[in-house]
Amino acid sequence: MDWLFFIESSLAGLCTGAIYALVALGFVIIYKATKVINFAIGEIMMISAYFFLTFAGIFAWPLWLALPAAVVSGGLLGGLTEKTIIRPMLGESPISVIMVTIGLSNILVGTAQIIWGGGPQVLPGFLPRQPIFLGEIYVSSKIAFSALIAVAMLICYLLYFRFSRGGVALRATASDQAASFSMGISVPRVFNFAWIFGCMATALAGILFSASGGLSPHSGGMALAILVVVIFGGLDSILGALVGGLIIGWLETIVGAFWGGEYKMLAIFTLLTLILVIKPYGLFGTKEIERL
Amino acid sequence: METILEINNIEVVYNQAVQVLRGLSLSVPQGGVVALLGSNGAGKSTTLKSVSGLLDLEDGEVIGGQINFKGRSVKLDSPDKLVHRGLFHVMEGRHVFEDLTVEENLIASTYACRGKRNKSEAAGKKRFDLVYEYFPRLKERSKGLAGYLSGGEQQMLALGRALVAQPDLLMLDEPSLGLAPLLVEEIFRIIVRINREQGTSILLVEQNAAIALSIADYGYILEHGKVVIDGTAEELMANEDVREFYLGASGKDGEQRSYREIKHYKRRKRWLS
Repeated sequence: MDWLFFIESSLAGLCTGAIYALVALGFVIIYKATKVINFAIGEIMMISAYFFLTFAGIFAWPLWLALPAAVVSGGLLGGLTEKTIIRPMLGESPISVIMVTIGLSNILVGTAQIIWGGGPQVLPGFLPRQPIFLGEIYVSSKIAFSALIAVAMLICYLLYFRFSRGGVALRATASDQAASFSMGISVPRVFNFAWIFGCMATALAGILFSASGGLSPHSGGMALAILVVVIFGGLDSILGALVGGLIIGWLETIVGAFWGGEYKMLAIFTLLTLILVIKPYGLFGTKEIERL
Repeated sequence: METILEINNIEVVYNQAVQVLRGLSLSVPQGGVVALLGSNGAGKSTTLKSVSGLLDLEDGEVIGGQINFKGRSVKLDSPDKLVHRGLFHVMEGRHVFEDLTVEENLIASTYACRGKRNKSEAAGKKRFDLVYEYFPRLKERSKGLAGYLSGGEQQMLALGRALVAQPDLLMLDEPSLGLAPLLVEEIFRIIVRINREQGTSILLVEQNAAIALSIADYGYILEHGKVVIDGTAEELMANEDVREFYLGASGKDGEQRSYREIKHYKRRKRWLS
């Protein structure tokens, strides 16, 4: 076995995993606060990448403006989604709400095709290209920088939820809605914020993925791996999203590098099945929660 | 005396089918302590939830009558707005946020201080010291998860959150639930203190009629969704039916009651309503 290659692949895998973790975090925030399973997550990634394409490519805004603008637009899209199509579904059965998010994902794909065309596009390169060497180990700088940005965002989120007053309100709402209302916390507003924050994380991850993988209206399909991550880690666990993202990203890359790309899905779904047999609610999912 | 809460002839229905309150009326005077007593299922908790607006979350609806808090109908405001106007509902079973620390529970409660009555959120935080002075035990455990507190400590935390919120009207739903007698006394001493020192009006729902009436000025007894007896605490404690059915005194001659007489019990209760 080629250990150097193994270490290089592992690093690349962990870097991909960090971005998975970011999307998974976005998913978990929305699920924890509102109990909505968001199947449109891949399409929100895709649309946000198109936002970035528009801002950086067509409007030719500088990177420091285009990237935050695209992330914020993705968040606002999430907030708008919550206000207009999720809130009227409040109190309906979870399956109906899931169907609504699946419908939304189709609408987003169609919208992207109408506005930006159906063909694949390339995002303007904003990540450095020269390879990085750690001793003898080669790391693609594109992936490494994507991972750094993702990790920075993850840390900001974790600190915010842990220490800020808004984070307390979010966790309080996740834990007991009636009690949150009785503390004067506006639960509908927390729902809205959860969607905005969740979709901002999702948006950033979508841009980072598309920066190395290209973009088309159908690239939302990459979210299939994200669903594996969140089910693996536990739908309602932030820790689960982080650990799950890293493990799934690593496993996928290693299997792809050693056996070939066609075995990636086989590997991660086998692992998912095993985990579900041992821990039906995912690695860190504690409570009795939605079964998908 | 000025009234802070006025409930007028309300009817409440759950799931558009089950009627729980049938024309209930009561009022709470400014600065007073009012007890709402009754057995299981009489509609005590439902009354509080109709006031605080939490009824919507349980598919309940007020289909008749009015509830006015500080002279304004509660229907006009969402539950969180009502809290900002000075109403605070401590729910039955305490409802502390179990996976938040004790201090974070108090921080969550500073949302109640938002934009009302010239009290800022920062002012809410300053009141943490007051909470810890009322409940020294919470200070020791301020960094620990609320879910690991004992039942009594959770009730203290629930009251502590109310102290942070500085409400004008505090509604307490069975603060004695599941607590040892000594702890119940401690909790009720604190409730009296909140009423005296903070000038908070209190609407107290209890099954433990004896201790509730000992701190209340006025009491209402609820059966099947309406008030059957009301009066000052002294009047109620002197009332023979109240003594027999709610304070656990035995019959006139102090004789033991047996289950054979349960029919008589039921008949007299019906007569009461």
